[in-house]
Amino acid sequence: MRVDLADLAFERGGALLVKRALRAAPPAEGVTVFGRAPDLAVHLRAWCRAEGHEFRWVENNGTGHAWIMRGPAAGQRWSGAERAGQADPHVRDAVLEHPPQRWGLAGRGALVEAGSPEFRFQLDRKSEVWSADVARMYAQAAAAQWDPATAVPWDAEFDLPAEVEDAIVQVMTYLIENETAALVVPARFVAQLHPHFREVMQLLAIQAADEARHIEVFTRRALLKRKELGLSTAGGQASLQTLVDEPNFAIASFLLSVLGEGTFLNLLWFLERSAPDPVTSAVCRLAAQDEARHVAFGMAHLREHLQAQPWMRETLMNAVRRRHESLRHTAGLNAEVFDALVLLAAGSWDCADIGTGHDAVSTLVQEMHSGRKRRLLHLGFSDAGAEEMSALHTRNFM
Amino acid sequence: MMTQNTLVLGAVAYDPKVVTIWDGFQTYFEQHGLEFDYVLFANYERQVEALATGYIHVAWNSPLAWLQTQRIADRLEQHAEAICMRDTDRDLVSVVVTREGGAVRSVGDLRGRRVAVGANDSPQATLIPLYFLAQQGLEPNRDFEVLPFDRLVGKHGDHIGGERDAVRALLRGDCDAACLIDSNLLVFAQEGTLPAGSVRTIATTPPYDHCNFTVLRGGMSASVERFRELLLGMSYEDPDVRRLLDLEGLKCWVPGRTEGYGLLSGAIDRFGYVEDFVAAVAVRCA
Repeated sequence: MRVDLADLAFERGGALLVKRALRAAPPAEGVTVFGRAPDLAVHLRAWCRAEGHEFRWVENNGTGHAWIMRGPAAGQRWSGAERAGQADPHVRDAVLEHPPQRWGLAGRGALVEAGSPEFRFQLDRKSEVWSADVARMYAQAAAAQWDPATAVPWDAEFDLPAEVEDAIVQVMTYLIENETAALVVPARFVAQLHPHFREVMQLLAIQAADEARHIEVFTRRALLKRKELGLSTAGGQASLQTLVDEPNFAIASFLLSVLGEGTFLNLLWFLERSAPDPVTSAVCRLAAQDEARHVAFGMAHLREHLQAQPWMRETLMNAVRRRHESLRHTAGLNAEVFDALVLLAAGSWDCADIGTGHDAVSTLVQEMHSGRKRRLLHLGFSDAGAEEMSALHTRNFM
Repeated sequence: MMTQNTLVLGAVAYDPKVVTIWDGFQTYFEQHGLEFDYVLFANYERQVEALATGYIHVAWNSPLAWLQTQRIADRLEQHAEAICMRDTDRDLVSVVVTREGGAVRSVGDLRGRRVAVGANDSPQATLIPLYFLAQQGLEPNRDFEVLPFDRLVGKHGDHIGGERDAVRALLRGDCDAACLIDSNLLVFAQEGTLPAGSVRTIATTPPYDHCNFTVLRGGMSASVERFRELLLGMSYEDPDVRRLLDLEGLKCWVPGRTEGYGLLSGAIDRFGYVEDFVAAVAVRCA
């Protein structure tokens, strides 16, 4: 095997050609290297020594060339290397139930050198995090990303009565803190997830990015006509704190995505319908579309998780009871938010309209309950269990 | 737990990674039944004396420390032995480089010029290249000015910083040539310290050898033999030792040899570099 570097210096890329020739050379066959770069012999000698290759410089009539025999180190480095599953999740056994921590950050399907460091990803069981449909869900989420700057008609002209505008600001303030919880929870778990479950990692990351956009558009809508946000209550934050503090992925995912965001879906579509201006309507519609995906993933992976571990239903039920107990003495949904929802549904201070608005919010609460119960039944809970759990869900909605 | 059977090795702490390396090897040796401990020294001279006094049984020596030990042993009528070395310790060369396109095109052109070198006690970046130039008829500090870049004297040039400073001085025009080891010339070219085509090699020394594990015959012979066996048995295939070998800069350990130190021995003879130290230690150990 012979390689001619011509005028190319070894340190300017000549090394690539030499390495390529060494890879291609049959075992026990040397490679001769020719070249006119001034320091070729010096660099080749130093490089071969560091790489464990045998090196000789042969002088011939005033010119010289190198003779290199590949050493065993390059092959030894990859002895014991492991293929970390398969990149395509649809290939049989591509995604392992319990991937080793030593695969670390390597892409699924990469060849991982033996001796790589042990990581400490706590979420390392496929049955606890995976959904067969997760790759499709991620692709759908990636395709559905929207630009807050252009997706909302920020320049639309409207002028609301002052108290209606105040009600909008209060609802937006409430939505912002709830969406902040919905950002923090997946963001925390994505750092604990074994990257072998790449599509789940990507989906959780895009979920957090969704919430970042929601926070942006809700804030921008609140400040469109006002200089300050509205009220944040201790009871509302106490309810959200139970989500942020929940250390178990399955429980947190259940409380946040299935019960919380599921309930929020009803709320956001209600606001989209009741909105007195096109900007409020648009931000709620865009957020609702994203939340629907979050609910779908929560449902999908929990359904598979519960099929594998049916006893987890009892754990989830107890988590709902425990959360209810811990929030028993808090106010739940703040009165200002409830009143604002009624006013928005009413559209005016007229007594008849207020009565209608109140009825609409009561209907919303019923729809939220029905939606939660339907999803719980879909997860395999009994009718009585679903009824109890939905009834115990936080009055703060999320 | 240290016992009287514990083999104690000395190494010089020229970089924080030295702790990682020897902690790792200590674990390896103990897993293979060798009671082993190590002591870090701030400079090679302290380590050489510690070997001569018997405070340590094996020294991971620079080539200069090897020659110091050998000469002390001769005075004490003992026998120093180089039992093992890295594959990368064999057949190194140093180079003298100058700016491409400059006035200096050969060693002869260095007369009356200024030449940058590494630390005063660096075999590869000072002692060997200056000796080589002297052999070509150019006496340092008489026929040309020596510009030293002393980084961590006592570390015998193990720290790369002195050579990097020397080539930077060359690029700035503060000197007309710089001396360094061939592997650092490649590193500086690859990392961009030396832009492609910025320097030209005008001289290359004959090959020489670098570090070795040094023992004085007689002490801990069974443990020393086991230590050597374990070193020579380490495989780059083993991921646990591979990370240590990578840190220490080798692919495999090879038996020690002493014929590669003639050039450095000639340098210290010519420059009278170690005699006072050797004599003082020999007196203290007699």
